[in-house]
Amino acid sequence: MRVLGALRTVAVALGASLLPALAGAIPFWLRLPPAESSFADEIDRIFRLILWITGVIFVIVEALLVFFLIRYRHREGRRARYTHGNNRVEVIWTIVPAVICVVLALLSRRVWAEIKQRMPEDAMQVEVTAEQFAWNIRYPGPDGKLGTPDDILTLNQLHFPVGQKVVVSLHSKDVIHSFFLPEFRVKQDAVPGMTTKVWFDAAHVGHWEIACAELCGLGHYRMKGFLTADSREDFDKWLAEQAAAGAPSPAATAPGGPAPTPAAAPANAAPPAPGVSPPADGKVSVPPADRTPAAPPAQEGKQTP
Amino acid sequence: MLKRIWYVVLLSAFTLSFVACGGKEDEEEEAPPKSAAATSTSAAAPATAAAAPAAGGATVTGKVTFTGGAPQLEQLKMDADAYCKAAHPAAVYSQEVEVNGNGTLKDVLVFVKSGVTGNYTAPTEAVTLDQRGCQYHPHIFGIQAGQPLKILNSDGTLHNIHALPKINTEFNIGQPFQKMETLKKFDKPEVPLRFKCDVHKWMGAYCGVFNHPFYAVTSDQGTFEIKGLPPGNYVIEAWQEKYGPQDQNVTISGSESKTVDFGFKG
Amino acid sequence: MSTVPSPILPGPAAPAPVAHELPHGVHPAPTSFWRKYIFSTDHKVIGKQYLFYSLFMLVIGGFLAGLVRWQLAWPGKPIAFMGKLMPEGMPNGQMLPEFYNSLFTMHATIMIFFAIMPILIGAFGNFVVPLQIGARDMAFPRLNLASFWVAVPAAVIIIWSFFVTGGAAQSGWTSYAPLSAIQPRGQTLWLLSLLVLGISSLLTAVNIITTTINMRAPGMTFFRLPLTVWALFITAILLLLALPVLSGAMIMLLFDRVLGTTFFLPAGLVVSGNALSNAGGGQALLWQHLFWFFGHPEVYIMILPAMGITSEVLPVFARKPIFGYRAMAYSIMGIAGLGWIVWGHHMFQSGMNPILGTTFMISTMVIAVPSAIKVFNWLGTLWGGNIKFTTAMLMALSFVSMFVIGGLSGIFMASTPVDVFIHDTYFIVGHIHYVLFGGSLFGAFAGLYFWYPKMFGRLMNDTWGKIHWFLTFVTFNFVFFPMHFLGMRGMQRRIYDYSQYAHLKGLQPMNQFMTISLFVLGAAQVILVLNFFLSLRRGKVAGPNPWRANTLEWQTSSPPPHENFDHDPTVYRGPYEYSAPERADDHWPQDEPPSGAAPTRAHAHG
Repeated sequence: MRVLGALRTVAVALGASLLPALAGAIPFWLRLPPAESSFADEIDRIFRLILWITGVIFVIVEALLVFFLIRYRHREGRRARYTHGNNRVEVIWTIVPAVICVVLALLSRRVWAEIKQRMPEDAMQVEVTAEQFAWNIRYPGPDGKLGTPDDILTLNQLHFPVGQKVVVSLHSKDVIHSFFLPEFRVKQDAVPGMTTKVWFDAAHVGHWEIACAELCGLGHYRMKGFLTADSREDFDKWLAEQAAAGAPSPAATAPGGPAPTPAAAPANAAPPAPGVSPPADGKVSVPPADRTPAAPPAQEGKQTP
Repeated sequence: MLKRIWYVVLLSAFTLSFVACGGKEDEEEEAPPKSAAATSTSAAAPATAAAAPAAGGATVTGKVTFTGGAPQLEQLKMDADAYCKAAHPAAVYSQEVEVNGNGTLKDVLVFVKSGVTGNYTAPTEAVTLDQRGCQYHPHIFGIQAGQPLKILNSDGTLHNIHALPKINTEFNIGQPFQKMETLKKFDKPEVPLRFKCDVHKWMGAYCGVFNHPFYAVTSDQGTFEIKGLPPGNYVIEAWQEKYGPQDQNVTISGSESKTVDFGFKG
Repeated sequence: MSTVPSPILPGPAAPAPVAHELPHGVHPAPTSFWRKYIFSTDHKVIGKQYLFYSLFMLVIGGFLAGLVRWQLAWPGKPIAFMGKLMPEGMPNGQMLPEFYNSLFTMHATIMIFFAIMPILIGAFGNFVVPLQIGARDMAFPRLNLASFWVAVPAAVIIIWSFFVTGGAAQSGWTSYAPLSAIQPRGQTLWLLSLLVLGISSLLTAVNIITTTINMRAPGMTFFRLPLTVWALFITAILLLLALPVLSGAMIMLLFDRVLGTTFFLPAGLVVSGNALSNAGGGQALLWQHLFWFFGHPEVYIMILPAMGITSEVLPVFARKPIFGYRAMAYSIMGIAGLGWIVWGHHMFQSGMNPILGTTFMISTMVIAVPSAIKVFNWLGTLWGGNIKFTTAMLMALSFVSMFVIGGLSGIFMASTPVDVFIHDTYFIVGHIHYVLFGGSLFGAFAGLYFWYPKMFGRLMNDTWGKIHWFLTFVTFNFVFFPMHFLGMRGMQRRIYDYSQYAHLKGLQPMNQFMTISLFVLGAAQVILVLNFFLSLRRGKVAGPNPWRANTLEWQTSSPPPHENFDHDPTVYRGPYEYSAPERADDHWPQDEPPSGAAPTRAHAHG
């Protein structure tokens, strides 16, 4: 027994000293993405706890399996042990897994209630309506109420201030989508005919992506949104810009007069305005492809990188 | 021995049924997508795009004017997609109503609505609908029933071409590859026929599908020209995306030129 | 080693042998080719027919997986011959997103409904159950014939759906509404095919249940049943009760698609800018509840038979009784019973009331316990054994070790907050494949190598079997274990091109490694195919009991005669009496009379 104790101490010491070194050396694909929201860490903690528990069980079970296969392999003259079981050990290995499961369930329940059952009261309200294949994001306008004509609409752009909790009301126009923020450990299905809610916050500024996590058609893989946490001033500025940008082109002045020319380059100006190009003009600059470009069919000859 | 034969038979039966039932359904109305050269459906009359069936015939020209206040056009949210935003650093507005500098309307579809007699074979040369800079080019166009429509994706990003006809067959095809082409055809006349991209919400185009080649789209001068009309009584329609259709009658007796003007009010 | 009947010994009189004339209701063996091999009512023939059916569909399902993995490894890279085979879905050989969606949909559908279930329940269920309980055939031989021949058009329809305009079904094998309600025609064919297949499954289920209850040989009490029969019996009950729910839901979906009903379509749907003309009033979540109410028992339908086969194979080759027979039987019932109240764990993030998330989490955690009990009992079976490593044994051992991984990964998703992150990611896909491939398919392979001699009278080559096992086992882990890592990084399921996302961009090398491993895995299966077919002709003659096993199927010739046994066996003991101290031999057939009495078995046909 003393030997075992000593062995254990050595193992712990070794592990403790190696772990920090190892932690740096762990490749990215063995790590969860960096946790961003205030509850992401709690989720990760449960994940790691389960990882430890299942890891230990895995090692023990598989090691026992291999050990038995070697130890009890067929050899001439040997005979197997004739036993039909052992009730005591059945009870033990029924109760122990049950206890582990109950403990995990209790720990998980608390976090679950915090994430999904209770929406924070002091949160900024944003409405996201998913459709094939974009996220329609709606902020309350100056009147502070969602659902009024002064609401600010964006497409795929979700900004929010750092340190401010955000409650997103999810809707869908057509099929089920799922609002997934991997770094924030946020995921909630957007279901047509229902409103679902999810909340999150960020501790520091940054840019992330919104992914769709429920198959919604051919563009499911491309249903990407942009999540930005701004400082409070930057957020207010951005929101004001969105409100202005949402404004359509200014109205015309004289009937039958020349077409209105807004300050920004309008779509109706003579070419080569980007909005309207004569067919086969090719004057619009086409950015490089946004994915690992596939070799187009051979007949074109040239590829745009 | 019998066992072996049985197994062989069973296996071949399965293989055969798989192969036999694997024959492709020939229901699709489009030709398999090929490169630029459109596949011809039949020995068509020597045709250039939307050519008049015979030399001669009347010409109908006109202008589509716009009076009143030009409507407020929605600004397109190109920042929804980094790729589209890169193509358009400046603001882009909707093409719903395109008022030219001279007070006329661009992209109004003008066509002979009724009165056409005789059959006009569809040209074999394809009409190209290009997706470039996250917009359709052209925005409005005409095509003949049975004429190939080549849908091209010049962008290096996913567009899906979703046609939403009311009479013809709907289709929805992803085009994730740059320079990808899909060939389609519409069999029945229909005006208007809407296209949209589901990835880029603002993208929309309309076409008119006709049994004849007597259609045109107004230019950036607001004018249109329809050539080769045989004698007869016709109804000419001008269709604008926001303001809808307007009809006028015209009678052709010989090879004269007729002017038909339309006016839309804002 | 065939059993040699010992001479009649003096002593207590043995029970009189049953007369050889056929009892009432039993038909004589058919003589025509068609009745013997094609439209047979013989459960052994039908079992073999299901075997060929499921192996064929397994190849197709595997091919579809190969296409999926190709796209994941090299997005957009063309496959020339596919361009010719499927010009609509893969123009010029390049895969379109909608075709990719149909690929994983059909891969899962075919594997689940047309490969795994038919091989476990249709092939082994039909072939083994009557033999192991000492019956001449199933309770309803003609229903059995109908069951197989109804399954055939279902397979034809599902394959045909690839070639209709719009392609095969594209909404995932789970076919969530409203997406599945608005998809092209292939979805309707998918529904029709599965409705037809459901009939086939129900007929088989009825047969297995009735046969097990009514047709056990004298002395074959429930607790002397081989665990394979227990597993298949309970599975059949699950099938009987769960499948109609799926069929009902699919009919409702079919009506939504074709007749304008709105079971799953709420009001106000706008698709692509067009408002749907239906009146609404339906609920999207209703589909999920109905589907998963079937779907969860379904996954136990797929694992329980494999567990039964493992419980069969392990004692035979460890030469030891199963450890904890009653615990094993009760845990099968426990898993089946609890399987009805966990379906919501597929729907934690679905928008259903979060309180239900907690209740379903608790029931899901609880159902881990009977599975754990089984694993420990399998370990107990090996402990102190005298283990022979035949291919069947290696496959069964792989089942145990891989099922442990699959089961443990399930604990992660049982925890609702962790599921927030890993739901609909590749973590789930990894779990699925560890239980369905690492579990069910290895179990099916174990059954194949184990019962092949009984089915065909010859042994498969064991050396090549081991090579097949080794390659399969290693490459299987290379393909599917990294999926847990992909899921941890947030890579979603059902995603045509993950490189669109910045946080997933570095994952291509791993995906490529997995794809290449899959190609090796696929190639390794050629060994099985060759071994299977060459052994039919050139394998060593098996004799009645090559494994020296106890259960009744091994106490008759290989393959058995039409009526299975030349007389009705009588059972005297449990199925796993191996290495009993009072025996010189280390096995003790179930129907061997107690020592001192004469064996009443006639000569086994060799």
